Amino acid sequence: MTLHAETTPQPGPKAAPQTPLQVTPPQATPASPGLQVRGRSFMALVVTPQVPLAAWFADLDAQLRDAAGLFADRPVVVNLSQAAAEGRDATLILLDGLETRGLRIVGLEGAIPQLLTATHWERLPTQLHGREVAEVRALKRPDAAPAAQPASAQPASLLIDGPVRSGQSIVFEAGDVTVVGAIASGAEVIAGGSIHVYGALRGRAIAGIRQGAAARIFCGRMEAEMVGIERLYRTAEHWGPELHGRPAQLRCDRGALRLSALD
Amino acid sequence: MSKVMVVTSGKGGVGKTTSTAALGAALAQAGQSVVLVDFDVGLRNLDLILGAERRVVFDLVNVVQGDAKLPQALIRDKRLESLYLLPASQTRDKDALTNDGVQAVIAELRERFDWIVCDSPAGIEKGATLAMRFADVAVVVANPEVSSVRDSDRIIGMLDSKTLRAERGEDIEKHLLITRYDAARAARGEMMKVEDVLEILAVPLLGVVAESPEVLTASNLGCPVTLHNPTGPAARSYSLAARRLMGEDVPMEAPASRRGLMSRLFGRKAAA
Repeated sequence: MTLHAETTPQPGPKAAPQTPLQVTPPQATPASPGLQVRGRSFMALVVTPQVPLAAWFADLDAQLRDAAGLFADRPVVVNLSQAAAEGRDATLILLDGLETRGLRIVGLEGAIPQLLTATHWERLPTQLHGREVAEVRALKRPDAAPAAQPASAQPASLLIDGPVRSGQSIVFEAGDVTVVGAIASGAEVIAGGSIHVYGALRGRAIAGIRQGAAARIFCGRMEAEMVGIERLYRTAEHWGPELHGRPAQLRCDRGALRLSALD
Repeated sequence: MSKVMVVTSGKGGVGKTTSTAALGAALAQAGQSVVLVDFDVGLRNLDLILGAERRVVFDLVNVVQGDAKLPQALIRDKRLESLYLLPASQTRDKDALTNDGVQAVIAELRERFDWIVCDSPAGIEKGATLAMRFADVAVVVANPEVSSVRDSDRIIGMLDSKTLRAERGEDIEKHLLITRYDAARAARGEMMKVEDVLEILAVPLLGVVAESPEVLTASNLGCPVTLHNPTGPAARSYSLAARRLMGEDVPMEAPASRRGLMSRLFGRKAAA
């Protein structure tokens, strides 16, 4: 999937695209200095859905899983030059699909106007003037992604050969953390992947801030103050005394944390 | 070869100053030349425990700031001639100490003494970090209770990261000294056991000093407990610890306070 970033002068006076933002008091209202309209350019992302649309949406969903913030607070312009050939219904489903995924569509390109008549898409500007920005977001192809990631660097794991002391904070976003020793009360370990503790876990352990729900926490002795995976967490009062002091595993199962003994 | 030793704990009131005085006196009794340096600027106590409070003229801050020469500030103990005190200032605060100044004083002391024992203030702020900064050996004092143990854990982490040796990538020798231990209460589960503390802190044990009224008595008389009553259990624990610090292989004795023994006897009687 490719995305193009373009500067898009917002609907307003037709300025030459190259002219940088300028305060342009509208000439129609010279008598009312209270009202000011300004021209300003914003960076918009242009998405060009490809046919077949089902496969394209699958790619999009994969991208959104990897980088949820990709479209956050970004105006989006949809280029319909390919999708329009699929007909009116497919186009409307496409636009609704993009909107439900949180894309903020501010304009359309390549649309045949009659496709959108009598829908709420009709009022979106279709004649946008923009210029391609040098900084094009080259998104990794989803099929190439698994190969490209591990090849880039050394094994993404951190080994701590000793205890993690109270007051220490280990943050390792790139992958797994292994601790040969205890994590003390008042210490914390935060990992992008899983956390393995070959000793007592008495402090805090938060796993999966990168990897998400697939990450786990393993410990030789469960005496933790707080454990968490991704955005879910539990404090010691959530699990009973029967797990205290035992080897345990924490994982995320259908959106809920499950803590189980390993012995 | 001289050794710089910091006595530290994180938490206050666990017995740092008492242990500094007792270990220092025990080392001096064993023939070592020892200087005790009080780093608790603003809340000095070591002079009282050593009974030297009326002999303080110049202090550590004066020496660090160059207002006095080191020999002017050193106070020699009246009972042990190889034991000296470098007192802290009571009227200043910890900001009066500088890294370079402390380093220079420690270097000068290294030339004169076998042991430079630094009594750390409580906390993890400047006074405590400066006291541990140039240490080769650390004695971590902990009471058998959770807050003291966790604070000691924090201090051990700082010893491994904030000292000069740690920054050079060298190991700093760490020892755990458990004070105010009551074997009877530990046996009843009212207090942490030695093994529990060791399991959490993972630092070799230097000694266990039983809770004992003679410690307070000695402090109030201005005499290190190892000098006040050399045959008492607390003095014996400190003396053995000092021998271990000097590299002797002294086996650990099972900690049992006299009161603990009594209550155990009474407990048996009641059961029979």
